Amino acid sequence: MNRYPLWKYVLLLVVLLTGILFALPNLFGEDPAVVVTTQEGEVPAQEVQDEVLAFLEERGVRPEVAEVLDERWVLRYRSTETQMRASDLVAGKLGRDYSVAMTLVPAAPQWLRALGAEPMFLGLDLRGGVHFLLQVDLDAMIEDVLEGYQNDIRTLLREERIRYASLELEEGQRVRALFTSEALRERAEALIARHVEGIVIEYEEDEAEQTYSLLITLDEDDVQEMRSLAVQQNITTLRNRVDELGVAEPVVQRQGSDRIVVQLPGVQDPAQAKEILGATATLEFRFVDHSDFPFSGDPDDPEAVPAGSQLFPMRGEGRYDYVLLERSVIVGGDRIIDASSGFDQQTQAPEVNVRLSGTGGRIMSRATRERVGDHMGVLFIERITETELVDGEPQRVSREVAEVISVARIRETLGGRFRITGLESTEEAGTLALLLRAGALAAPIDIVEERTIGPSLGAENVERGFMAVVFGFLLVVAFMAFYYRVFGWVANLALLTNLIIIIAVLSMLQATLTLPGIAGIVLTVGMAVDANVLIFQRIREELKAGTPIQTAIDSGYSKALSTIADANITTLIAALVLFIFGTGPVQGFAVTLAIGLATSMFTAIVGTRAIINLIYGGRKVSEIKI
Amino acid sequence: MEIFKEDPKIDFLGRRRLGFVLSAALLLLSLGSLAWQGLNLGIDFTGGTLVEVGYEEPVEVSEVEAALADSRYADAQVLHFGSSREILIRVAPLEGVEQAQISQEVFAKLTQAHEGVELRRVEFVGPQIGEELTTQGLLALLLALAGVLVYVAFRFEYRFAVGAVAALLHDIVLILGFFSLTRMTFDLTVLAAVLATIGYSLNDSIVVSDRIRENFLKVRKGTTEYIMNLSVNQTLSRTLVTSFTTLLVVCALIFLGGEIIRGFAVALLIGVIVGSYSSIFISSATSLALGVSKQDLMPPEKEGADQPDHETVPPQERF
Repeated sequence: MNRYPLWKYVLLLVVLLTGILFALPNLFGEDPAVVVTTQEGEVPAQEVQDEVLAFLEERGVRPEVAEVLDERWVLRYRSTETQMRASDLVAGKLGRDYSVAMTLVPAAPQWLRALGAEPMFLGLDLRGGVHFLLQVDLDAMIEDVLEGYQNDIRTLLREERIRYASLELEEGQRVRALFTSEALRERAEALIARHVEGIVIEYEEDEAEQTYSLLITLDEDDVQEMRSLAVQQNITTLRNRVDELGVAEPVVQRQGSDRIVVQLPGVQDPAQAKEILGATATLEFRFVDHSDFPFSGDPDDPEAVPAGSQLFPMRGEGRYDYVLLERSVIVGGDRIIDASSGFDQQTQAPEVNVRLSGTGGRIMSRATRERVGDHMGVLFIERITETELVDGEPQRVSREVAEVISVARIRETLGGRFRITGLESTEEAGTLALLLRAGALAAPIDIVEERTIGPSLGAENVERGFMAVVFGFLLVVAFMAFYYRVFGWVANLALLTNLIIIIAVLSMLQATLTLPGIAGIVLTVGMAVDANVLIFQRIREELKAGTPIQTAIDSGYSKALSTIADANITTLIAALVLFIFGTGPVQGFAVTLAIGLATSMFTAIVGTRAIINLIYGGRKVSEIKI
Repeated sequence: MEIFKEDPKIDFLGRRRLGFVLSAALLLLSLGSLAWQGLNLGIDFTGGTLVEVGYEEPVEVSEVEAALADSRYADAQVLHFGSSREILIRVAPLEGVEQAQISQEVFAKLTQAHEGVELRRVEFVGPQIGEELTTQGLLALLLALAGVLVYVAFRFEYRFAVGAVAALLHDIVLILGFFSLTRMTFDLTVLAAVLATIGYSLNDSIVVSDRIRENFLKVRKGTTEYIMNLSVNQTLSRTLVTSFTTLLVVCALIFLGGEIIRGFAVALLIGVIVGSYSSIFISSATSLALGVSKQDLMPPEKEGADQPDHETVPPQERF
């Protein structure tokens, strides 16, 4: 009696060894590191590497190890202080052609990494960093668009001399045009329907007051599309801006229909992060100054730029290096409704389709009517922050960069919709469309939640969590050994195994470990012994009732089983609810609690039984220590 | 080592009136405090800004208040957090201010007044998010309660389920009452602890109910009350031992886990204590008051006769 088949021991051993293997990387921890790639995402050339290393050595921040990992050049450091300084220095030295980011890389030896064993992913409350929840103000965007239509309609009615009593924006959701006679209203409706696209017009009258109105709303499909595009647009813009911050492993994610989560691990200065995330790019359509086109002068010579014009560099490797643009702006980016890349239906050449608001279209058409054959340039203006070396010291500077992103010949009078053709490749078309949208009327965003944890507090939290786990564990171990003696030690062994398996599972899932998550582990340590307490109490009862020892052990285990299952399932229900309704840290707690309960059932029932069987099973025992 | 050499024979159910009176008193106190002064809700629920800063040397609260006095943050709540070198500043949602800028302005004020201030933590929750979190939190509580009610009703009998849920509600009200009386901040993590307590407290009630069911089938003689008493007594050692080990780790959390999760750990502490108490005094007594009896748990004659399932077989017959 009380003997386990060999396969159960093999299974336990396999589980234990796997657990140890995957929990192991956590012992090594992570090194702060600086990661360098070229803008194309390649490892920097050997000469560049040597140059940077020499520069860092001269500055006294030589990395511990410099190596190529996963197509990235990684410089490992001992402390975050040297890492930060080195990162700034490298960024200043290499300039905009390289991407320099700070990150944590696992310090585990190569063979462990080769097995895919990685340390647990630490949440922001443990590693420090900034968490933002941003709300995209879609209503404001819709209101903006409607306001545009309101202006369009007013101009139209005035031009056609149709008298209206009032023209108002109601609750930011519709435009109401009020007329004093039905005839006027019908003329107005015909006019608006002919000239304005993407709207729905309804009638409404008030017999008593003798007023007749047109209710103008946006087409629902259009609104849906605009909303979806606006959120997507904001995510794209935010990703670009986050890249500027040089943060490794940033998270930019949509949450729900109109929210975006941004997580920036390791960011020290939330104020700067906010500034960079909040800055918006602007866009201007301007005519090219044909007095010197293509530009032939010396870009550094102010004399070469005629009055009334400005000289701007062209972005990337374009046909021109510099372009002279007239000072006056035709329309701004806020008039762009949408821009998308596509193909010409006849030639299949890549092109970009631009859609302007009604007013924008009319201004554009009026301006280009006289200038067919001329060139038009698109100017992209954004604020960027970068690290520069000032007197050899790295400094964060923020400046405005204005670049021409497109120069195209105007082939006919342009209206609300036009195409930009003659693009080299689909990539170029894609990039141009992206930039046009980035500078377009995108819905404003507000920060609705912020959680910032300083790096020192993060480190403190890790230390405190660790201490709580260790002391909680030791206290329980001491009590169990004292109260249940040999059986207590067996339970302790199971508890230790459980702890290892929890950490292994968390590492394998790469679930985010948070401070409440650690609390979940601690709580599991206290509750996991419950299964053993139930079993051991049963065995004691059986022994008191005079049951033979081997039978007592066996029935102790089998009788406690359904109670243990019931008790754990109810806690799992609570953990599940927590996971569904909780956010961030609370979810972390639910995850560790659930994992801990599941693994504890295994170790406390199968694990302890295996050892008890080894000690007492299959032989005549006259006394057991319980 | 053992707590009880012999099975204790404490007449818990006979004294259930005492338990009810004690619970009623505590519940009244809790509900009274909740009605009168409510909970000291954290910014997770109210919205607002929380700034935690660290100083190189101990600093007086009044000193920090002075630094904020001539600004629009004069009404901010300033207190020590963990040690005399750490300060926590709580700013209520302000009208007409770019909410997300508040933390920066506060921090700027502090750095002006004092050198070497370190920004340790910022939490800003918009009023809208706060409302959502409150709704979600209440929903989560109700759902957790409903979930366990259904599970226990399914596994046992509805009167046990009602007894268990009565015990849970009792525990929840007492935890909330404790937080209301002590004015400790009730935030999201505390709510998580309350939900965890639901799981834990139920654990206890279920172990007792499980034993009652077993004894109803096994012990042929004796009244319902006698058998319930016997069951509570038989599981008493286990209840105490498990509560004790859990209390050990919860104390480790309280003393070592740091200031941020102290509220969470305290909620667990109260939860474990009242959870164990209620599983002894409230849960079984309520099912008894609802008239649970031996017959309710007897397996239906027909099925039980030829198809005994795992739970209904008196365990000793297996060997």
